[in-house]
Amino acid sequence: MSFHVSKRSDITTSKAWIIRIIAIVAALVVCGIVTTICTGDNPISIFTTIFQGAFGSQRKTFITLQYVAILLIISLALTPAFKMQFWNIGGEGQVLMGGLASAACMITLADKVPNAVVIILMIISSILAGAIWGLIPALFKALWNTNETLSTLMMNYIATQLVAYFVIVWEVPKGSGKIGIINQDSNVGWLINVAGNKYLLSIIVAVVITIGMFIYLKYTKHGYEISVVGESQNTARYVGINVEKVIIRTMILSGAICGIAGLLLVGGVNHTITTTISDGQGFTGVMVSWLAKFNPITMIFTSLLIIFMDRGASEISTAFELNQSFADILTGIILFFIIGCEFFIRYQISFVKANGKEEA
Amino acid sequence: MIKLEKKEIAVSLRGITKKFGKVVANNDVNLDVYKGEILSLLGENGSGKTTLMNMLSGIYFPDEGQIIVNGKEAVIKSPRDAFELGIGMVHQHFKLIDVFTATQNIILGLDGKLNIKGAKKEIQRICDKYGFDINLDKKIYDMSVSEKQTVEIVKVLYRGANILVLDEPTAVLTPQETEKLFKVMRNMKSDGKSIIIITHKLHEVEAISDRVAVLRQGEYIDDMITSETNAQEMTDMMVGHAVTLNIDRPEPKNSNKRIEVKNLTVLDEEGVTKLKDVSFEVNSGEVLGIAGISGCGQKELLKAIAGLEKVESGSITYIHKDGRTEELLGLKPRQISELGVKLSFVPEDRLGMGLVGNMNLADNMMLRSYRKGKSRFFTDKKTPRTLAENIVEKLQVVTPSIDTPVRKLSGGNVQKILVGREIASGPKVLMTAYAVRGLDINSSYTIYDLINKQKEKGTAVIFVGEDLDVLIELCDRILVLCDGEVSGIVEGRNADKNELGMMMTSNHNTSKGGVTV
Repeated sequence: MSFHVSKRSDITTSKAWIIRIIAIVAALVVCGIVTTICTGDNPISIFTTIFQGAFGSQRKTFITLQYVAILLIISLALTPAFKMQFWNIGGEGQVLMGGLASAACMITLADKVPNAVVIILMIISSILAGAIWGLIPALFKALWNTNETLSTLMMNYIATQLVAYFVIVWEVPKGSGKIGIINQDSNVGWLINVAGNKYLLSIIVAVVITIGMFIYLKYTKHGYEISVVGESQNTARYVGINVEKVIIRTMILSGAICGIAGLLLVGGVNHTITTTISDGQGFTGVMVSWLAKFNPITMIFTSLLIIFMDRGASEISTAFELNQSFADILTGIILFFIIGCEFFIRYQISFVKANGKEEA
Repeated sequence: MIKLEKKEIAVSLRGITKKFGKVVANNDVNLDVYKGEILSLLGENGSGKTTLMNMLSGIYFPDEGQIIVNGKEAVIKSPRDAFELGIGMVHQHFKLIDVFTATQNIILGLDGKLNIKGAKKEIQRICDKYGFDINLDKKIYDMSVSEKQTVEIVKVLYRGANILVLDEPTAVLTPQETEKLFKVMRNMKSDGKSIIIITHKLHEVEAISDRVAVLRQGEYIDDMITSETNAQEMTDMMVGHAVTLNIDRPEPKNSNKRIEVKNLTVLDEEGVTKLKDVSFEVNSGEVLGIAGISGCGQKELLKAIAGLEKVESGSITYIHKDGRTEELLGLKPRQISELGVKLSFVPEDRLGMGLVGNMNLADNMMLRSYRKGKSRFFTDKKTPRTLAENIVEKLQVVTPSIDTPVRKLSGGNVQKILVGREIASGPKVLMTAYAVRGLDINSSYTIYDLINKQKEKGTAVIFVGEDLDVLIELCDRILVLCDGEVSGIVEGRNADKNELGMMMTSNHNTSKGGVTV
């Protein structure tokens, strides 16, 4: 008996989600087995722990939602570029630059201008910084057709090193190699708490950007141009779309939204800046966006899924007194299943028996 | 089914069924191929010819049925299995490596020790035996289409094929090259090889094959001895009802000069001349045909007029009805349309340029109209939907719905959508490149009809074609391109096919007659 793999011509949405749910269940089972082998605990308690980790208390739920919000914003930022088949893997750098610009405003302007002005300048500068970081590779692509995967990736390294440099310039106290909490006493440049809840702002921003991006991609002329350029640059030129202009415009938008994520991370969540402030979410966002097939609404669920699994995994390692590496192992297993199941959604496997008959 | 008593059966297909999801591509097909015969496989697009042949050559595996080769049941799971049984297929799209020589391509992928010298001797022997004319050390990128095809056929023969399947081999050849191919095919036949040829051109079926088998909608209809049938009977059997095989050619009315091209020269990115000093004019209410071997500058010419090609020198002038003129050279497509010049273009590459394969019918309609939109920022989705519905209805496009991605439709339906959209804007100039390539008879005639309607409305039509019979029947004038140069413009009403063929291959428009094909 042998088998062969063929591309599915069609799959219903419900069937696709059944496959995804099976994958998640399988991921949890494997995680349970691995944890049981390592710790000897009851797998049921492990699953409860995962859930507890993400939604165990109101505070935990809000933290989870805030994480989701930031990841969602970054994923949404990358989406128009991906839809244009411009592989922007520079989200990390664009977020960092947005964060760096915010931090710069908070540190250098703290005693010079009123708080409101600082915040406005933070917003403007972080959006600009992200946009510029997106614009540079877009210009290379539009003018000389440079490979954007490489240039956006390299822009990440530049951003990381710039942040590393300024962390030393602004370090508090001198010699510590850290900035620490910025304006801890005056709270200048700290973004406002909506309704007294410090997690809510990111969530609201994420909701607004999600809806905005959905409309932008689906109903606007810009969104239509992005789809056409992504599907076929030849067709785009044939109908008179200025491909270079669309690439540049879209990457400015992509970078600008990443800049907003940086602003929220520095001004709203952490109130400091480090080289690892975006925590690889510029790359995780690539996955979130892909898994959702570039649909902003689906992205809410895919980002929730990734964060839920991630938070659950780290809760297991804390609750069962294992180290962070163990959480990484579990996250790895989970991602493997989630991404792997896309294969079964796209392809079907038929088994061919020796007599030559084919069965689905 | 006709039984040829004296002949030995080479391959026998018994009850072959193949489904793709819900679509039945082949249903209970029975077909015999005899040794030493040339069999034409005839059928409209989507009638399952290529699918059937792909099962014979191991690309697809049948859901049901048997394949019997030389009297024994065979399981063909891969092209390699097919080769081992002596079955080889030459596909419509060549599968050759450009930077390799003919010899390297022919021996590519074979097991055993690499022995180029020995292989070359053997290949030369095959070429001499059947009369292939080819330079084995030439690289593929230096070759003409016909030479590439020869390499593909020799490749199959070198692998020991006794049963050859040729999928639309003449679609890309000039009449002279076709004749050469037929000669080789006849040599192979007398050597006892079986050849199955897929073609749409009925006069070729009559010229080359011994027997014709007809498929319709995946089912085997019947087979006939070629010498006992005629084009009309074959068409009727293929389509399932009687069809008229004449293309209309109304006389041009109120012809005015619409576009004047002068001394147009185009170089490609590598600096190779694609068009050299091309001058001609197109009038309103007439169809100007453009003939030439593929890759002779047709594509560049149309793209230059549409504003999609960088032009070295020359001029392209558009003349409005009231006599005003506009210079189109150097303008982008958008600037051309902003001047009020209504130019429609049906490019050769339908899904790579004219349409977006992954978008649905309605969104593809939007390509031309999205700029109008609902407001400055938002698109209008309603108007294109209505247009899509209209086109589906008027041109009888077969599609599950207007929300289906166009790549899922068959070639004929894709073309109807593209032509329908381009005509919907009420063009003053309509350019079509290989408008009926790969289309079945019914769809082709729909397209000819649409072109004639545009002509009667006073549109200037430029029709780039490959089938000389069609060009001669449809066009008022035919411009012949050879290597990017105009080798002559002839009146369609008294054009001669052989003369056109000669003009396509030589730059001297003085070499009239003398050669018969």
